[in-house]
Amino acid sequence: MSDTSTPVGLPRRAGHLPAPAPSHLSGEILERARQLIALYPEPRSALIPLCHLAQEQDGWLTPEAMVDIAGLVGVTPTEVLGTASFYDMLHTEPVGTHVVAVCTNIACLLGGAAELLEHAEHSLGINAGGTTADGIITLEEAECLADCDRPPCVQVNHRFVGAQTAESFDRLMAELRSGERSGEIPPHGTLNRVVRTTGLGADPERVAAERAAMARAQAERAAAAEAAKTATTDGASKAGA
Amino acid sequence: MAVTEAPKIVTSRLGYDDSHTLERYLATGGYEGLRKALTMTPEAVAHEVDTASLLGRGGAGFPAGRKWAMLRKNDVTYLVVNGDESEPATFKDHLLVERDPHQLIEGVLIAAYALQVTRVFIFIRGEFALGLERVQAALNEAYGHGAVGADIFGSGFSVDVVVHPGAGAYICGEETALLESLEGKRGFPRIKPPFFPAAIGLYGEPTVVNNVETMSNLPWIVLNGGAAFAALGEGRSTGTRLFALAGHVNNPGVYELEMVKTTFNDLINAPVLGGGIPHGRALKAFIPGGVSAPWFGPDQIDLPLGQDEVGAAGSMLGSGSIVVMDDHTCAVRAAWRITKFFSRESCGQCTPCREGSGWLEKIMERIETGHGREEDLDLLLDACDNIAPGLTWPPQQTTICVLGPSIPSSIGSAIRMFRDEFLVHVKEGGCPYE
Repeated sequence: MSDTSTPVGLPRRAGHLPAPAPSHLSGEILERARQLIALYPEPRSALIPLCHLAQEQDGWLTPEAMVDIAGLVGVTPTEVLGTASFYDMLHTEPVGTHVVAVCTNIACLLGGAAELLEHAEHSLGINAGGTTADGIITLEEAECLADCDRPPCVQVNHRFVGAQTAESFDRLMAELRSGERSGEIPPHGTLNRVVRTTGLGADPERVAAERAAMARAQAERAAAAEAAKTATTDGASKAGA
Repeated sequence: MAVTEAPKIVTSRLGYDDSHTLERYLATGGYEGLRKALTMTPEAVAHEVDTASLLGRGGAGFPAGRKWAMLRKNDVTYLVVNGDESEPATFKDHLLVERDPHQLIEGVLIAAYALQVTRVFIFIRGEFALGLERVQAALNEAYGHGAVGADIFGSGFSVDVVVHPGAGAYICGEETALLESLEGKRGFPRIKPPFFPAAIGLYGEPTVVNNVETMSNLPWIVLNGGAAFAALGEGRSTGTRLFALAGHVNNPGVYELEMVKTTFNDLINAPVLGGGIPHGRALKAFIPGGVSAPWFGPDQIDLPLGQDEVGAAGSMLGSGSIVVMDDHTCAVRAAWRITKFFSRESCGQCTPCREGSGWLEKIMERIETGHGREEDLDLLLDACDNIAPGLTWPPQQTTICVLGPSIPSSIGSAIRMFRDEFLVHVKEGGCPYE
């Protein structure tokens, strides 16, 4: 019984935590998940950011991902589901590639949002909360999205697309379907594409290198600005002469 | 006068397309406030903020300096920044996180130094995807610039700042719900008093929770002095403030105005501000401080934009968002939509809020859709009275947090101001505005 390479019997951790199983989350997502967990004094704080990461991979929060997240932050999958189900942005059922949210709260209501939502439902052939048969678009009636000077406010995958009319809405849907907007609007689930590059735990050499690069760039910009100023002054004095 | 000569304290860079970059920030005096703060003692920095008598800009309007002074002495303390802006028609923090993230970060670093906190979490509403990216990118730049991280600007002070995304829940703007969410749980507000986050906060440690706009004021306050800030505005309402104007106005938007010196009339009608109501229509009502606030009618339009002034008139300046409704607006429909919002966003912990909001929404819906009864008006007020007994202002509380007691504001206002309109809905079996 000295062969320890094959896990045998009960999971090593007490309680109901799942055994370390083949991961549903990809290696890259797992690596980012571990970096996120390291940012917090308690691993559980990373639970919601990890749910966002899982949605980046799958578009929604799958049971398999919840099992992985539970193992990563040290809770049961039930607790992951119990937490995630509280939040509007975490989808425990599949959604379309694009989640289109139309705000109908007070400021947008006064700006014609109810009419826009009704148009959207007819035009897409689904009710708010539904997904088109091709699985491309999920339509949501949203609460205030804090873009109230551009009513009615619409977001696609949590990116603001500005005030919409019935016509511009239909155009937007066509562009989403054709992939025309894919650079600007990533698929549903991708939230923050900017990766944290540094922190207190960062390698001091890397921080020093970044600071040096920043200082060089600043010096170059200052020199360029100085040169431009000299050129302008020369030009001005010539013009004056 | 509609607009005073007061300086733009938090919106000075918004004219630039690249206002979110470190390059623009440094070219416009960025991180000078932090450099100055680091030459002062932490107590001296806190004293400036106290002198400024900066009221928290999140909605409750609690003085930031006093909040800081309440932080329990402890080996571990936290600063948490509330960027979960979700109060309907409030869109000022959205602007600040997307358009001037370095100003926010500089303010956060100044606060961290004053409080001697080494771990900061900036909680940003999940729906602000661009805001999350902008703040993270700015933080990455700031680390490279030496403004954040280990030994900032060679001062010996070290601080780490983490950007934390929300996941879509209005209640997480309530500071104790925000802390629960940040701990990876459902956003259930915590019972208080007597234990406030300043004593028992994140992970049970003392924690200061401050709003994005509050933080964004700090670079200017440190550079110019708390007294210069306090010289602006009047009484307890010092400095400038962002007012988010929405609804039936020609120029909706976010305006930075000196506190108290401007009236609602100026904000709504001045050509350089709201520009009046479109289509030559008349004002019916306006909401002075987010949908949790009781409504005002045209007779209150000359009130100044000041916290105490609006409070004395029976409402609140709250989150600084003003919603204008013209005379073609159905008051029942407007109040119904606001009630539906609260019903959707009630966290469900407390019975009066969870059940009451659902009841109220259904009754409002049946009146608006022509199935109401005359006695529904009393039923509405009775249900409201069960959530906030006496229907006073400020409301009595039967619940853990103030979400519940905020629900009666719009219904109570609509019935008080437009009772006849409810009766027309009932008698005519439908909405007269359709």
